Amino acid sequence: MRYLPLSDTDRSEMLARIGVKHVDELFADVPKNLLLKEPVDLPRRKGELDVERILSRMSAKNIPASSVPFFVGAGAYKHHVPATVDHLIQRSEFLTSYTPYQPEIAQGTLQYLFEFQTQVAALTGMEVANASMYDGSTGTGEAVLMAHRVTKRRKAVLSGGLHPHYADVVRTLSEMSSDDVVTMAPDVAGAEDILSQIDDSVSCVVVQSPDVFGNVRDLKPIADKAHQHGALLIAVFTEVVSLGLLKSPGSMGADIVVGEGQSIGNALNFGGPYVGLFATQSKFLRQMPGRLCGETVDADGNRGFVLTLSTREQHIRRDKATSNICTNSGLCSLAFTIHMTLLGEAGLSRLARINHANAVKLADQLSGVKGVEVLNETFFNEFTLRLAKPAAEVVERLAEKGVLAGVPVSRLLPGAGLDNLLLVASTEVNTDDDRAAFCAALKEVL
Amino acid sequence: MLNRQGRPSAPQAHGVSDPAAGMGNQAARLQGDANRAAGSTAGSHPTFTGNKALAQIEPLLFEIGRYDTTGVDLDEPEDFKPRLGGLERKEPIGLPGLSEPETMRHYVRLSQQNYGIDTGLFPLGSCTMKHNARLNERMARLPGFSDVHPLQPVSTVQGALELMDELGRYLITLTNMTAVALSPKAGAHGELCGMMAIKAAIEAKGEGATRNVVLVPDSAHGTNPATAALIGFKVKPVPAREDGWVHVEDVKERLGPDVAAIMLTNPNTCGLFEPQVAEIAKAIHDAGAYFYCDGANFNAIVGKAKPGDLGVDAMHINLHKTFSTPHGGGGPGSGPVVLSERLAPFAPVPFVRAGKDSFELVEQASDAAEKPFGRMTAFHGQMGMYVRALSYMLSHGSDGMKQASEDAVLNANYIRAGLADLMSLPFGNKPCMHEVLFDDAWLKDTGVTTLDVAKAMIDEGYHPMTMYFPLVVHGAMLIEPTESESKASLDLFIAMLRDLAMAAKNGDKERFTGAPYHAPRRRLDETRAARSPVLKWTPPAPVAEAAE
Repeated sequence: MRYLPLSDTDRSEMLARIGVKHVDELFADVPKNLLLKEPVDLPRRKGELDVERILSRMSAKNIPASSVPFFVGAGAYKHHVPATVDHLIQRSEFLTSYTPYQPEIAQGTLQYLFEFQTQVAALTGMEVANASMYDGSTGTGEAVLMAHRVTKRRKAVLSGGLHPHYADVVRTLSEMSSDDVVTMAPDVAGAEDILSQIDDSVSCVVVQSPDVFGNVRDLKPIADKAHQHGALLIAVFTEVVSLGLLKSPGSMGADIVVGEGQSIGNALNFGGPYVGLFATQSKFLRQMPGRLCGETVDADGNRGFVLTLSTREQHIRRDKATSNICTNSGLCSLAFTIHMTLLGEAGLSRLARINHANAVKLADQLSGVKGVEVLNETFFNEFTLRLAKPAAEVVERLAEKGVLAGVPVSRLLPGAGLDNLLLVASTEVNTDDDRAAFCAALKEVL
Repeated sequence: MLNRQGRPSAPQAHGVSDPAAGMGNQAARLQGDANRAAGSTAGSHPTFTGNKALAQIEPLLFEIGRYDTTGVDLDEPEDFKPRLGGLERKEPIGLPGLSEPETMRHYVRLSQQNYGIDTGLFPLGSCTMKHNARLNERMARLPGFSDVHPLQPVSTVQGALELMDELGRYLITLTNMTAVALSPKAGAHGELCGMMAIKAAIEAKGEGATRNVVLVPDSAHGTNPATAALIGFKVKPVPAREDGWVHVEDVKERLGPDVAAIMLTNPNTCGLFEPQVAEIAKAIHDAGAYFYCDGANFNAIVGKAKPGDLGVDAMHINLHKTFSTPHGGGGPGSGPVVLSERLAPFAPVPFVRAGKDSFELVEQASDAAEKPFGRMTAFHGQMGMYVRALSYMLSHGSDGMKQASEDAVLNANYIRAGLADLMSLPFGNKPCMHEVLFDDAWLKDTGVTTLDVAKAMIDEGYHPMTMYFPLVVHGAMLIEPTESESKASLDLFIAMLRDLAMAAKNGDKERFTGAPYHAPRRRLDETRAARSPVLKWTPPAPVAEAAE
């Protein structure tokens, strides 16, 4: 077996040194009748070539985003990631290191985490950011729990524009913790009256912008109303590139900002691994979940970085911890930081403008197709269409024609009576040809 | 004999049986003393830059980046009418950029300040830092896996669903369980998923209001009590016994109609298999409760024993430990949960179902015949990790996985045998599983602590073991070599620890308390970091202001 360095001679010598005859003597505490005599019923070992063949065959059955005109979004976005990013995150010292519990030999990880936290805080317009969550959805669940700890109330109000998977994650967590959740009806137009839901019993209001239907939301009035009632505003985003062009949630009064960072540095990966971004104000720092990297000095007075404020965390506080999170999204946050470094402010805002411009162009062209209505007044790089036919059916037919057109709202919100709605995203990867192909195929299908 | 570098000069003559192995090398030690005397990382030959050849000082991105620099060539779009509703950003963000060559150099230099598995032995107990095969990286990057969207039509991702189904089949076969929930994003998330399934099952039986206690042994990982508390369970500890095992009578004593579950790690964090696990499972089930098993230490028993045979109802599997998906400096992980027949109906969405001629993806609880308790995360979990883990399993096969577990256990016991006379084993010199636990009794009266030993190991070119965990042992040192280490590597590691043990006992305190001397940083001031937290870079104040 190519991964196992011990030879049979080594094994014999080592068993002799230990003072046992057979390796099973080391498993003496396993009840005899439960110790397996034979290997389990799975295939035997395989060489690299065979493994490559098996997995390549599975891979070939899927249609990669890069191979077709591609407009699927709804929380995960196809962007171009520079080659440098993937090279750097595969450096052995990054890829095969552990959580930086021994900071003297983990300054590489710790320094990039410090850079990551700084970038996330700047983007979101907040004072502090943590070293990442699993993804945007679990981060949102954690944000709600954090708001409950801060306000000592246990009721969350979820906007109807919140990604339905995110809402499901929050509801699952809340039901299990016996916390209250009010979910607003799906808000296609971005015009819900969420203000009327905010009173003195509410811990937090969770609002996504751009929302799942693509609408850009002004968070300021919601933040103001929430603060009047001692509640927190949790601002959510699923497309981090939008922050290159839009006002930061922090500048509009958000208390916690949480979102998905996949778009920067990370591939689609069929849903994961991704990277949750999580930021808040300094005054809530001690209630924040997740790891934090902080600056300090070493015994010679040289600057260095360590994981800090771990008295919030499970390995110290156990059942009193702010969260149970341990492993997070280390390498995905590195990919984020490297890509963001390559972009810089100039590159990020240009990338955001290209995304917006492409989406505007696509919306204009699609609205010229008979049986298609663009519903959004505002959007960034994603918007909602009303089609003359059920969107799920249309998407299947378009896939047959080699266009991956978007996400039918019915897939996220079945039974909501929104079957003809389609979410369509457009990023920098889309070309004029892609748009033309989409419009042409749609004309044929509708 | 050891040569000047402290390495064995003749491979056939080295090892724990070599009487010279524990003695170290005086010349090398004197050199070490000279370095220490210099007292500073600048050493006795300061350089203009502060760099020392390959050891480069790298500033923060924010100190070298420029706000008008970008390392990505993008063309400005043609004029268009924005549709942002007047919510455009007016203020600068504050994100400096670097050109591509500068970016490359910045992060390569940072990487060089890190220790990884590929650098050397990484014996971090309960973390299973085994070899990360690059085949798995290549497979995860196949476009059919890495470049597919979680919400593109199911008909266009049949191979991805097939892979998830196949991974699930492997995990179920290895554990003899009924179902698997793949979506949890890491170990602690898997624990949460398993405990939610248990809570849902209890509520389905109408016992939600009364069964609210979870038993957690003191030796458990901190995530266990944190997880139970997160969803409203009361945590009742099961105290540790002197032999390192959980005893069925201690469990029985705490059982009652209020107990929902036990969260037991097996093999446990003391590096021992729980010999009474089947009796504990029976007692738990007889009391109407569930057995959650923390699978962090599954690497000891893959192909040797099946958790389902032991009476487990739910167990998370850290794909980033047992199945070698890289730790990546703290994630991403992946924590699928295998479930018993009793809990299988409550598995969360989404899950893959093999239909007649295609794979289906059940994404909504309302579409399931079962009773899913809800959703753990957006989309379908850590596909990138699934591919790597399946690649690992296909490569090893049933024979290789069994061999890997046996080698992991053999390696840990070899270390135990090599150090038992100099370091102290809290539960006696008995066989361990894939990790061996020492306490700090052997350091008594030396003035050296477990932390000091760890830092001295850094100087010797090793990543330290897990320190001060489990909490049930004083000054714990938990060593997990994994199956990836050769005998020669273990021999040198043992010799190194023997040398440190002798040095500590002979009063060479300075070698420990000032360590590390040779790492990219000397010991870091963690108290200062926590007292006045600096969690991001802030621009230095202008000179005029600073002068006030």
